[in-house]
Amino acid sequence: MQPVATAPPPVESTHHHEEHPGFWRTYVFSIDHKVIGIQYLMTGLLFLFLGFTLMLLMRWQLAYPTKAIPGEWFVVLPAAVALISAVIGLVNKRKLAVLVGGVFAGIAGLVWYMVSDETLFPQGIMLPELYNSFGAMHGTIMVFLGVVPLAVGGFGNYVVPLQVGAPDMAFPKLNMMSYWVYFVGGVVMLTSFFVPGGAANSGWTSYTPLANIATMGQTVWLTGMVFLITSSLLGSVNFIVTIVQLRAKGLSFMRLPFFVWSQFITAFLLLLAFPPLEAAAVLQLMDRLAGTSFFLPSGLVISGQVLDVSGGGSPLLWQHLFWFLAHPEVYVLILPAMGIVAEVIANNTRRPLWGYKSLVYAAVFLGFMSFIVWAHHMFMTGMGTVISTFFQTTTMIISIPSVIILTALVISLWGGSIRFTVPMLFALAFLPMFGIGGLTGLPLGFSATDIHLHDTYYVIGHFHYVVAPGTIFALFAGIYYWFPKVTGRMMSPALGKVHFWGSLVCMNGIFFPMLIQGLAGVSRRLYDGGAQYAHAQGVLQWNEFMSVSAWLLAVVQIPFIINFFWSVKKGKRVESDNPWEATTLEWQTPTPPPHGNFAGGVPEVYHGPYEYSTPNGSKDYTPQNVA
Amino acid sequence: MQIPYTVAARPDTGLHNSKLGIWLFLASEVMLFGALFSSYILLRVAAPEWPHGSALLNVPLAFLNTIILIGSSVTMVMSWASLMVKDFAKYKRYMGLTILCGFGFLVVKGFEYGAKFSHGIFPSEDLFYATYFTLTGLHGLHVIGGIIVNAYFWGPGSKMWAREPERFTNRIEVAGLYWHFVDLVWIFLFPVLYLL
Amino acid sequence: MDQATTEDIKKHVRAYIMVFVALMALTVITVAVSYLHLDVTAAIVVALFIASIKGGLVASYFMHLISEKKLVYFTLMLTVVFFIALISLPLLGLHDTIK
Repeated sequence: MQPVATAPPPVESTHHHEEHPGFWRTYVFSIDHKVIGIQYLMTGLLFLFLGFTLMLLMRWQLAYPTKAIPGEWFVVLPAAVALISAVIGLVNKRKLAVLVGGVFAGIAGLVWYMVSDETLFPQGIMLPELYNSFGAMHGTIMVFLGVVPLAVGGFGNYVVPLQVGAPDMAFPKLNMMSYWVYFVGGVVMLTSFFVPGGAANSGWTSYTPLANIATMGQTVWLTGMVFLITSSLLGSVNFIVTIVQLRAKGLSFMRLPFFVWSQFITAFLLLLAFPPLEAAAVLQLMDRLAGTSFFLPSGLVISGQVLDVSGGGSPLLWQHLFWFLAHPEVYVLILPAMGIVAEVIANNTRRPLWGYKSLVYAAVFLGFMSFIVWAHHMFMTGMGTVISTFFQTTTMIISIPSVIILTALVISLWGGSIRFTVPMLFALAFLPMFGIGGLTGLPLGFSATDIHLHDTYYVIGHFHYVVAPGTIFALFAGIYYWFPKVTGRMMSPALGKVHFWGSLVCMNGIFFPMLIQGLAGVSRRLYDGGAQYAHAQGVLQWNEFMSVSAWLLAVVQIPFIINFFWSVKKGKRVESDNPWEATTLEWQTPTPPPHGNFAGGVPEVYHGPYEYSTPNGSKDYTPQNVA
Repeated sequence: MQIPYTVAARPDTGLHNSKLGIWLFLASEVMLFGALFSSYILLRVAAPEWPHGSALLNVPLAFLNTIILIGSSVTMVMSWASLMVKDFAKYKRYMGLTILCGFGFLVVKGFEYGAKFSHGIFPSEDLFYATYFTLTGLHGLHVIGGIIVNAYFWGPGSKMWAREPERFTNRIEVAGLYWHFVDLVWIFLFPVLYLL
Repeated sequence: MDQATTEDIKKHVRAYIMVFVALMALTVITVAVSYLHLDVTAAIVVALFIASIKGGLVASYFMHLISEKKLVYFTLMLTVVFFIALISLPLLGLHDTIK
């Protein structure tokens, strides 16, 4: 993957004793955290769009369960994007844009291949099994191949070493390995679409015993997960050691930008929570391949026949091991996003963040608590009152630090000189959207109300509010914000505002009605959106509304894609290395930062990260490395 | 471009990078094997009946393996101690012994597994054997990984001693920490699987 | 362990040998106890107790945990807390059900 204007041309290399690395070592197998960050960013964005495309297809099924799918329209969108990025790439002579265009063409081809397949879409109507596959893969791709690699691998890798004043990550070669293991895991996941029986179709949660007896795609899913988990573990070790050991002189923990704190805590969550899922994946692989019964109870009857296995296993064991990871995983999804929003808010209010210490302590407490709330996903599994009460209590407690963080960010706006830049628009919208997402989580956390809401569209609405207009908005904010540091050019604010408003309206159009449908009792994972259920009839009309909103959301990403690729070469040039007039260390470097990051030697830090509105000559801010 | 604290310790933390790194990795391994132990406990407690390990498994062989692995832990730490007193030849001897012990462990394991397979007993037999094979199998994979790393440091990797002796010593210390952890897991696996 | 002298290392080596002997003895004891066929609870407690001592010796002396830095202790303590949660909470779920 060729990065976007980040790696310095070998001629400008500042190290005399090293040979000039060739194309492959500079752009493909680089050990420079900035190149690796871009690799993660581009791969993550591509997977994000692929996961989104799967959902666009599913939304036809939900809106019009009896009508044949107009396959051409669903091919047109990725094909259009392919054309746009390829053309921009060719005009601006950027190989990466052309490459991305090729990948989008591949996505268009994949969609065409599937919708034309009579066995998958008999008479143009999606098979329920295919719907389930798309559902499982949509979740898996978005969470493990899209959002986390973007938030942690992309933004974390690029920004954290710069913000701590380090020349690179602590283990650069390990960093490169993390990316390539992730890439292989992603390819493995993609191949699962082509194996007999198709991709995994037991939900992203792969509950046993259903997943045990599922088709081959499930084995491929488990294998892919092993790669992804390994990549994550290597990465989290790197992040923690970098932040602890490579902080510049004067940069104490309480002077770290909140973004670094959020990545630090996230790394601990990944380090300690992922291994149980790896263990569970191994156990499920043993069940599927070696005939063991870790998750298969005795006397399990499938299609009228008793399964010929030794039995004695526990389906609930899978749920415990899965959710032990998957609950901290949702904090992995939100913490880096909160970090980005914090940086953008401080910068665009020209004020220090309100309650820095509260933010830090709340985030640390949040990380700790996230390990002991997991069974609130299991309230309907027959747990008794003692254990249900325990998990309900810890779940209620964990909402407190979330509220503290959101409140601190909101109060940070008070008395600020707000600049409504595009990153700030996304960061501002994050606040109420995350608020809705968080508040809708409360009835799910109480075991009594969860009885009615578990496994309904209410759950889907809740978590999508947090991840879509929550995390993904924060990621967009990060892209618009850090784009000028990476490329030396600004993205177009006009296109950015179209992208922002369109996305905000459409996302609410998709996810708010889900809360309504869920409260009415419409179950999730129904391939016809509840059409056959009497209690759902009153809210079925929302399906079409949500689908149209989703398709419009897709259309409104096009200005973003155009903006992104066009601005790399033709965006307005920045007039300084610090166009946003920011205080943190990544802005006190050349644009783009050279190999080794700090051209004049590693900086020394003299004060906290948000010295805005401090008298400093003609400037209204003082960078961290200026006394 | 040099990454700071790869060899020397950072003053406020007292650690060099790879030592912190390996302890973090070992923490994740604690959670990995912890999940497996947790699964074993859950499955066994819920089971209406569960055989005694000593009735079905080869305790003398496993006892021998325990001695071998503990011995290899001693030779591993001795190899590091030899480097600390700048005795490279002794390091090579002790590291070589460590690798041999690792192989020995695998050979004994091979006998154990082979005996079971030849009697038609596979992981699919029942939950007891499923947990036995999976837990010892995963541990065995970790032993293989350790042998590969140690062999690299005995062979081609040992060239670093001539150029950067302190950095090489650190690497052996870090490899040792991993190897001791593998021994530690076995110290718990042995009684749990074979004696209870 | 940066500036250790030859004397220090000799002391360490003495410790390693003593720990090795202790570990051998404890292993023999573990196996011997198993022949006593204690009841289940007692057998588990004794076996885990001895294993913990052995593990503690390996960690403290071979892995030098006894003289390790605070940061490492902190990470391990955190891990132990979550390890206990992972073992105990599902077990609680096994015993506390709706029936």
